[in-house]
Amino acid sequence: MKKLLIASLLAVTAGAWAQATVKVEDAWVRGTVATQKASGAFMRLTPSANARLVAVESPVAGVVEIHEMAMENDVMKMRQIPGLELTAGRTTELKPGGLHVMLMDLKQPLKGGESVPLTLVFEDAAKQRFTQEIKAPVTALGAGNAAMPMKPGMEHKH
Amino acid sequence: MPRFPVSRAGAPADLRRRAAALWLGGLALGAGGLLAGCDQTPLGAPAPVFKGIDITGAAYGRQFALTDFNGQPRTLADYRGQVVMLYFGFVQCPDVCPTALTRAAAVKQQLGADATQLQVIFVTVDPERDTPELLRDYMAAFDPSFMALTGSPAQIKAVADEFRVYYKKVPTGSTYTMDHTALSYLFDREGRIRVVLRHEQTADDYTADIRQLLAQTPA
Repeated sequence: MKKLLIASLLAVTAGAWAQATVKVEDAWVRGTVATQKASGAFMRLTPSANARLVAVESPVAGVVEIHEMAMENDVMKMRQIPGLELTAGRTTELKPGGLHVMLMDLKQPLKGGESVPLTLVFEDAAKQRFTQEIKAPVTALGAGNAAMPMKPGMEHKH
Repeated sequence: MPRFPVSRAGAPADLRRRAAALWLGGLALGAGGLLAGCDQTPLGAPAPVFKGIDITGAAYGRQFALTDFNGQPRTLADYRGQVVMLYFGFVQCPDVCPTALTRAAAVKQQLGADATQLQVIFVTVDPERDTPELLRDYMAAFDPSFMALTGSPAQIKAVADEFRVYYKKVPTGSTYTMDHTALSYLFDREGRIRVVLRHEQTADDYTADIRQLLAQTPA
C-alpha cells in the first residue's frame, strides 16, 4: 500500500515536471535612447499545459511588470496585471497594442542588435513555479515595430 | 477586453458622436451642424473624403504656445505652409507612442518628394521626465525632422485643454505611467485644424489624408 502511494506520488510529480514547458517565439525588446528609463518586451507564448506567467525578471531593469494596454474612447491606458493565463496549446501574443512586459528603471540604454536576458516565471496548474530564460534581441528605437527579421542562419529554436 | 474600469472618456463628446455617426454610414448627414466640413461645401462639389474624422471648423485645437527641444518658443504659425501632424504622448511609453512615431516615419517615406511639406510635432504630456535632451534624442531615433514640444505643467495643461486631450498620471510600482488621448491632429498649410486620425488607423490612411490637405492648397 505504502509502495503504491509513493509510486503514485512520484507519478504526479513526474507529471507536473513533464508539463512545464512554454514555447517562446519572436521575442523582442524595443530599443531606447540615453536617459530613457522604460521600454517594452514582446513575444509569443505557447504552453504545452495550462500555465500562468506570473513575473518576469531582467538584469537590465530595476522593475519589470506585466502590462496590458487598452484603447478606450481613443485614450491609451496601460495597467499592470497580476499574471497572464496561458491555455495549453494556444498562443498568447504580447505585442504592440495589447500586452507587453514593461521594463522600468532601466540601468542602461538598449541598443539595436544587442539582446536582453529575460527570466520568465511561470506557474503551472498545481501552482508549481518554473522559469525559462530567454535572450530577446533589441529592435532599435525607430527601426520598426516588430522583431528584426533574422538573417539566414541566425534562427534559434526553443 | 480591458480588465480595468474606465474612469473618464477622453475624446471630446462631439468628436466621438461624429465618429460613431460616420461609422454608422450616412446617419451623420442628418446630424446637421455636426458636419461643419460638409456644410461649407457647395452642393454638387464632392467634399474631400478623409480616412480620419473631418473636424474642419472645430472650435478647439486652434492654437498652442510651447517650447521646442532647442528652447525656442513655438506656435502653430511657425509651421505655416506645411501640413502639421500633432500627437500627444510621453517618452517612457513602451507601446502606443513609439508605434505612432514609427507610423509617422513610414508616412514621411510614403510622401516621397512631398515629405518636407509635413511637420510632425510631438507634445509631451510628461514634462517632468521628458527633458528637452531626452525629447531631442527620442525624436531623432525616428526622424531627424520630427519636433517635440514641452512646457511648464500649466502650459501643457492649457494646450491639452485646447485640444480636448485627456492625460493622467497613473502610479505603477515605484514609478508612474500616463494615460493619454492617442489621436493625431492634422492642420492644413493655413494652420487650420482639419482632420483627426485614430491610433488604429494605418500609415496608408494617414498618408492619404495628408496628401488631400497638400493638394487642397498647393505650396
